[in-house]
Amino acid sequence: MSPDDFEFTSEILKERSGLVLTTNKMYLLESRLLPVARNQGIDSIDDLVAEIRRKKDPALIVKVTEAMTTNESFFFRDNHPFETFTNEVLPKILEKRASQKSFKIWCAAASSGQEPYSLAMSILEQERKLSGWRYDIVGTDISHDILAKAKAGTYSQFEVQRGMPTTLLVKYFEKNAEQWELKPEVRKLVNFKYFNLLENPGPLGRFDIVFCRNVLIYFDQQTKGKVLDGISKIMSDDGVLFLGGAETVLGVSDAFKAIPGQRGVYGLTRNG
Amino acid sequence: MKTCLIVDDSKVIRMVARKILHELDFETDEAVNGKDALEYCTKSLPDAILLDWNMPVMDGMEFLLALRQLPDGEQPVVIFCTTENDMEHIQRAIESGANEYIMKPFDSEIIQAKFTQVGLL
Repeated sequence: MSPDDFEFTSEILKERSGLVLTTNKMYLLESRLLPVARNQGIDSIDDLVAEIRRKKDPALIVKVTEAMTTNESFFFRDNHPFETFTNEVLPKILEKRASQKSFKIWCAAASSGQEPYSLAMSILEQERKLSGWRYDIVGTDISHDILAKAKAGTYSQFEVQRGMPTTLLVKYFEKNAEQWELKPEVRKLVNFKYFNLLENPGPLGRFDIVFCRNVLIYFDQQTKGKVLDGISKIMSDDGVLFLGGAETVLGVSDAFKAIPGQRGVYGLTRNG
Repeated sequence: MKTCLIVDDSKVIRMVARKILHELDFETDEAVNGKDALEYCTKSLPDAILLDWNMPVMDGMEFLLALRQLPDGEQPVVIFCTTENDMEHIQRAIESGANEYIMKPFDSEIIQAKFTQVGLL
């Protein structure tokens, strides 16, 4: 790929998704775009970029964006956020929302569904405490293809073994040929929607807990700030935000502050 | 350094598991079937046991049931590592006292994830 084509493609990706690519990601770009080219019956990445330059076909640009923004995910990734959710955050929400008996969670980069489904299983494990409660989990992603996989709730043997405790596997999955299917009781808890983090999240509703993990790392400072400010506006005043291990609000957004003792968990500064 | 006994009749699987576990800072020993593993455990209990199911002489399930009857035999964390990948086998393993279950083929990420889940890492 020529430097000119790389720059052209990077510009499109940043404009559409916020994704920032440095030249050391040239290999990643090429490896992700080759299958897109093949699917279009185009022989090479050079020809694919030429096609985009010539026609500016929105459908093809969406395919290129989706190919670049689809990232690996696994169940109970990093483990500790889910422990914090179950042991610290959820009990507080149950206490604070005791009169309404409802809460909402947003997984802002749901990818193939493992994160929202991990939360769904974590909640189901606490079912005794949640009798009469209404809880919604919304999972959003910029890729239609990955959302289709997430909605299906079907995973390979390899996928269910990375992070999934076996006790939960036997409780919440069914095996169908070589695939593992999440039971309807888990799938029905998560509502998947298309959403681009660069847009205004207002229409998604109001949330008590937001997971936005391992996505800000792909954005530049300005885009990180914009995304975080957008999230802060749709969170309840006492809501909490979970970020990935390599992410922080420091120097990016004044809307959030770290919650002491809870790694990667942030509250709103407007809550005092 | 934590210890792990690798119990598998396949030399190749023992070699792959050994390499991964050494990278995770485990000291390893090996047994080729359940009988050898049980003899090992009567002398010294490891922190973890990575256990195949189908082996000659004594299979993994027979070994697990016998292990849990030994004095302090409930202490080692037992992780099945087997080609048996149906729900019945997995349920039976967990109900019989296994702590985790790995379906072959495995890689270092899966081993690391499972050992983390059971608190060994």
